[in-house]
Amino acid sequence: MALKTEPFVLNIGPVHPSTHGVFRMRATLDGEVIVDIEPVFGYLHRGIEKLAEERTYTGVIPLTDRLDYLASMSNNLAYVLAVEKLAKIKVPERAEYLRVIMAELQRIASHLIAVGAFLNDCGAFFTPFLYMFREREKIVDLFEMVCGQRLLYNYMRIGGFNQDIPEEFLPALDKFVRQMPGFIDEYDRLLAENEILLARAKGVGILPKEMAIDICASGPVLRASGVKWDIRKVDPYSIYDHFEFDIPIGSVGDCYDRYRVRIEEMRQSLRIIKQAMEQIPPGEIRAKVPHLVRPPIGEAYAHIEAPKGELGFYLVSDNSIAPYRCHIRAPSLINLTALREMMIGWKVQDAIIIFGSIDITMGEVDR
Amino acid sequence: MAIANFGLNTLEHLATLPPDWPGGFWWHWLVFTVIIIAFVLALVMGFIWIERRGMARMQARLGPNRAGPFGLLQPVADAIKVLLKEDIIPARGDKIVHWLAPVVVFVPALMIFAVVPFQNGALLADLNIGILYVVAISSVATLGVFMAGWGSNNKYSLLGAMRNVAAVVSYEVPLVLSIVGVVMIAGSLSMNQIVLAQNIPFILLQPLGFLIFFIGGCAEINRSPFDLFEADSEIVAGFHTEYSGMKFAMFYLAEYAEALAISAIITTLFLGGWRGPLLAPWLWFVIKTIAVFFVMIWTRTTLPRIRIDQLMALAWKFLFPLALINLFITAIEVLAWPEALPWTMILVNIAIMAVLVLLWSKFFKLGWGRVAV
Amino acid sequence: MQFERYGKGIAKGLRVTITHLLRHPVTVQYPEQRLNTSRRIRGNELIWDNIKCTGCGTCAKTCPQGAIEIITSVNLEENKYTVEEIEVDTGYCIQCGLCVEACPYAALFMGYAYERAQYRRDDVVQTNEGLLPSAERRPSGYMYPEIAKELPRQTLLVERITEEK
Repeated sequence: MALKTEPFVLNIGPVHPSTHGVFRMRATLDGEVIVDIEPVFGYLHRGIEKLAEERTYTGVIPLTDRLDYLASMSNNLAYVLAVEKLAKIKVPERAEYLRVIMAELQRIASHLIAVGAFLNDCGAFFTPFLYMFREREKIVDLFEMVCGQRLLYNYMRIGGFNQDIPEEFLPALDKFVRQMPGFIDEYDRLLAENEILLARAKGVGILPKEMAIDICASGPVLRASGVKWDIRKVDPYSIYDHFEFDIPIGSVGDCYDRYRVRIEEMRQSLRIIKQAMEQIPPGEIRAKVPHLVRPPIGEAYAHIEAPKGELGFYLVSDNSIAPYRCHIRAPSLINLTALREMMIGWKVQDAIIIFGSIDITMGEVDR
Repeated sequence: MAIANFGLNTLEHLATLPPDWPGGFWWHWLVFTVIIIAFVLALVMGFIWIERRGMARMQARLGPNRAGPFGLLQPVADAIKVLLKEDIIPARGDKIVHWLAPVVVFVPALMIFAVVPFQNGALLADLNIGILYVVAISSVATLGVFMAGWGSNNKYSLLGAMRNVAAVVSYEVPLVLSIVGVVMIAGSLSMNQIVLAQNIPFILLQPLGFLIFFIGGCAEINRSPFDLFEADSEIVAGFHTEYSGMKFAMFYLAEYAEALAISAIITTLFLGGWRGPLLAPWLWFVIKTIAVFFVMIWTRTTLPRIRIDQLMALAWKFLFPLALINLFITAIEVLAWPEALPWTMILVNIAIMAVLVLLWSKFFKLGWGRVAV
Repeated sequence: MQFERYGKGIAKGLRVTITHLLRHPVTVQYPEQRLNTSRRIRGNELIWDNIKCTGCGTCAKTCPQGAIEIITSVNLEENKYTVEEIEVDTGYCIQCGLCVEACPYAALFMGYAYERAQYRRDDVVQTNEGLLPSAERRPSGYMYPEIAKELPRQTLLVERITEEK
């Protein structure tokens, strides 16, 4: 005789040790199995798009830092590319190479946190998290050397950068690039073949290929489902077509694949940085741009491959010193669309892991 | 009942202490109660310190080192802080159950030490059903955990408590079966006799039993990788979410006291208890207990957590059949070759363990996967 | 799931963890040991040079937060503005550095210090003389390479863990 059970609603609340930021999920549970889930967000809405209409084009750059606060350089890059497209500004070559170096370093740093937090949710008590933070500390030191801040950089400007890199940057970057592959191998030795991790993450939270394309997912989430789509290869921005790198893709689309795709992307980013370091030319660091930029009337959309996915900025200008409208296509928000389908049928513990493996930052989701 | 004489010759470590040392029944009881309480509290503080510093060094950081020299007074500072906190009771929880739960969890952990030998004959009570008493008492703590989950009026606590009850009840079975293997070789249920019979530590004679007992023991006391009953990243704090102040301190101490108890039992059953060459016997006991606890810290630092249905599958489909087979093989060895040379037996047992673990792992499928809703 | 690797993955992980026990930890015992911050740190309080400043107000117009307030009066004999009052609310400041970049006369600097916390919110507002450089408030090299050359070199984790005392 089947036992009569009654589903109950559990609120995995905004304040929780393990939702990455303030994200609320109202889960209807039957025992331990999730029957329905309703995500609620908006707890971190700060009105960035509206605030952008009141600041000058250069003054919006500190605002864009605070979107995905764990990958500030990428946000800056996307915005600056949009303004340059609108105002038809050509960036000098040294600045382009430096942009690539900064963006790839930022990708490594962001993936370190993503993987560390995912493994922390799986239960490995902070050990991989702390090891990855040790490497992220090295990257953040390099960023501090160029622009003075450790988290919200505000380094890119319209037309290039505001200061050139100091002389000790490239030797220090060289040391880092030599040490890092050894550390990535150490992470693999620690947990990549761990039977418990395989039991927890393999086959869990599968996002099938068709659904991933249907919901416009992007970034590692899309690539882990088997779709070979990376904006750096498909629609190259800046000078990514000068470099040679591979795109790791997964096969199944479960949590384990997303974890492996991120680790492999870190290795490919190191490759790009090495090539950029060898090829970087001397020269100007910023194009001749007035202090208050006034683009002609029009609109532009620029997208980049941010660590979390496709980050896009849509700008409308009416020939004044502030944007008329700025809309941000946040990758984390769009990747969350399939959350319900991925989570139904799994248990509460799996729900936390699935959520961690999509890797979102609430600053982007809520803006 | 013949004690299977796998030993080469029996050594006598000191004379066996008489059961009413130092003089009379009540003095014996008083001295040993004081010794046990002091030992447990001191060593629990020591364990907390070892865990925090050891785990920190394995994670490339320093542990607490400001309170006292080398941070040795950190557990004391934690205890004082926790004593000074406000005691919050949920308004609609069951008040008596909520209040009694920490007591029911902590007391059995202390009671286990009544039959653990610190030296030859130095126990509170040399029961001749020693290890059976231990098994019985350690099950009472589960009741306390469920009382905590129920009395808190909180769905997270209830989830954690239910998981705990299901898991502990399942893991008792392989645990007890592996103990029976040891008992068969030693020939007695009394803990003192088991230690006296270990001319060769039973970890060599019963490797599979040791493995099963270690895994089952970690699951019973909810240590990583089985700490899903109070998994910080999932159900906030499980059954002790709603506890603060001294009651939370009771749960915290009870967790480490149970870890101490399981380490002490492993030392007694498998590592030879207080036996050892040069140092005092009780010092060997402490050293071996700390070594076992260090292995527990090591696994906690490295391994991720198992899911609840995988936990149950591990107990019933992996450990339980292996424990049965272990029991069967030990019984055959004890009956058929009681005078066999010990070193052959060791090699045979280790070979059997390797073969069984490999074979079972190959055919074992763990957990359910996605449930159709 | 099958234990297809027979516990080998678990054993490798355990070996990595135990080797870390023998390595030097990477933590720094602040405040006894300190690290040198970057020479271009966008540190806490702004520093003002009242000789070079002309009261043009470009910094106040560029600040995205509106944290700088300047009141000037006209000096007709010498044909310039005198700055009556300049007030920076460090509580509003987001340390973006746009004001330092915008100043046409190089009269504004970011601070080098980072231990400038106060107890009350009113104490973090600086006015007039409170904005001048002093022993605790040194200017940082953000946008000023000649100041950056004088400051000590940054401690990098790729090179060492702490500064040798």
